[in-house]
Amino acid sequence: MAEGTKNIKSLIGYVFIGILAASTIIPILGILLLITVKGIGRVDFMFLFETSTSMETGGIFAPIFGTIILTMVTMLIAVPIGILSAIYMSEYARKGRLFHFIEMTIINLAGVPSVVYGLFGLGIFVLLLNIGVSILAGALTMGVLILPLIITVSYQALRTVPDSLREASLALGATRLQTVFRVILPASTPGILTGIILATARVAGETAPVLFTAAAYYLPSLPSTVYDKTMLLSYHLYAISTQVTGVSEEQKYGVTFVLIFLVLGLNGLAIFIRSKISKKLGALN
Amino acid sequence: MNKKTFWPNLFENYIIRFSGILTILIMLLIVVFLMIEGFPFLFEYNFFKFIFTSDWYPLSSKYGALPLIFGSFFVTFLAAIMAVPLSLATALFISEIATPSLRTSLKVSLEILASVPSVVFGFLGILILGPFFESAFGIRTGLNAFTAAFLLAFMAIPTIASVAEESLQSVPKALREGSLALGANKFQTMMKITLPAAQSGIIAGVMLGVGRAIGETMTVMMVAGGSAQISLGIFEPVRTITGTIASEMGEVIHGDEHYHALFMLGFILFLITLTINTVSSMIIKKIKENKG
Repeated sequence: MAEGTKNIKSLIGYVFIGILAASTIIPILGILLLITVKGIGRVDFMFLFETSTSMETGGIFAPIFGTIILTMVTMLIAVPIGILSAIYMSEYARKGRLFHFIEMTIINLAGVPSVVYGLFGLGIFVLLLNIGVSILAGALTMGVLILPLIITVSYQALRTVPDSLREASLALGATRLQTVFRVILPASTPGILTGIILATARVAGETAPVLFTAAAYYLPSLPSTVYDKTMLLSYHLYAISTQVTGVSEEQKYGVTFVLIFLVLGLNGLAIFIRSKISKKLGALN
Repeated sequence: MNKKTFWPNLFENYIIRFSGILTILIMLLIVVFLMIEGFPFLFEYNFFKFIFTSDWYPLSSKYGALPLIFGSFFVTFLAAIMAVPLSLATALFISEIATPSLRTSLKVSLEILASVPSVVFGFLGILILGPFFESAFGIRTGLNAFTAAFLLAFMAIPTIASVAEESLQSVPKALREGSLALGANKFQTMMKITLPAAQSGIIAGVMLGVGRAIGETMTVMMVAGGSAQISLGIFEPVRTITGTIASEMGEVIHGDEHYHALFMLGFILFLITLTINTVSSMIIKKIKENKG
């Protein structure tokens, strides 16, 4: 009898946990489905590749272009620095007090709210360095924001390279620098690439850091240099859902779909590459 | 100096080393800049009046930030109430119940949830969730603390659930086996042995999630309603620190009182999240050391 109530209690417990878990996972899929169903109908060639003369209707090439350019400039700035920083942590730094302090700083930087990065970018890049509200200022701000992610993932990728490879290279007479660039870095490329793609997705979706550093509400023409402001997909979505009236629901869902497709597509790619790597590592072990 | 080794040496000794400590430099710069731009506000305005009065009317030079600080904590608190049980159940399900293949796909789903841009959550809040709550509860406006907290909860779940799942995984197998050997069934073992043993990691995960939620900007700005008031009504519109900075910084004149006030708010927000993150990362580090 006691055994029976124990089992019933457990069963109820399992069902309860199952329901709660399902109610976090199902909405995710529901949201994606909804945005796809409502948005995909709006997406055609003109929507993607035409610059519109108004905020309310027409193609969204200007914000798409802006997001791509801003993301590219951000990556040009952040990726080399991030990888070098990871190389320092993994290959050069002694695991002493400084190392742990840097580790702690990276974790804390990753937790700084994005709007604070926006303030920082406004203060240092836009005003102090006098770059002005521009793609460059926005990219520098985003670069700082994304640095912790790139460093962390690259560091983990570098650490997965077995020490035997390092020792073999050094034993063959290569210097430490040659070992890093000809042996370790190539061996950890897929892992680093995963990190870069994840970072790209994050930058493409962020809004708060570029509010006062790069974003333009509406521009009749595309930016021509990195010193120009730019329209951005994420900011455009914010603007048409809060500040512009008379935008059709279809248009809004279309913009959302493009943004989600871009960000989640990149994430999916990163997850795919990562699963390939772990399979390969599994095969090695 | 040997010409052949000059450039490599320069590269190793300066560029790589500099990149390594750059993060510390950035952290310092962030602190310094928030202080340089924020502290001038305190020369013109009483700090206690700033923190403890509740009139936020920048146009008539009234900067009582209490409703904003309250708003941030209130929305975050509501979000945590919703997110914690859901995250724990998800973590338990992934770690203790699901089959390996289901586990992988659930983890990927959480990752997808984590990567949805916050502006998209805001958009969904305005277009779907707000109107839904408005008619479902018969309230004045769907853009309120509850709606914002509901969305924030979903944004915090991936963080809390993944840290909790990791700490459940790091509970030694021997503990579970001991419990099973003593006659407890799997469910009892999970709830009474594994879950308590993972407690500190779960707390760290919750704190990390709370840190994320309190710093979240776009969703709250779009959905929370934006009125600077102190009210314990969950369906009342509120205004947070982040929302205030984001919506007002675009309109201020650089260098005036309002501009400095917003940087001061940023500095306060920075201190709050720094504290939360430092404590939670110290807990997580300790768990990893015990495990390793």
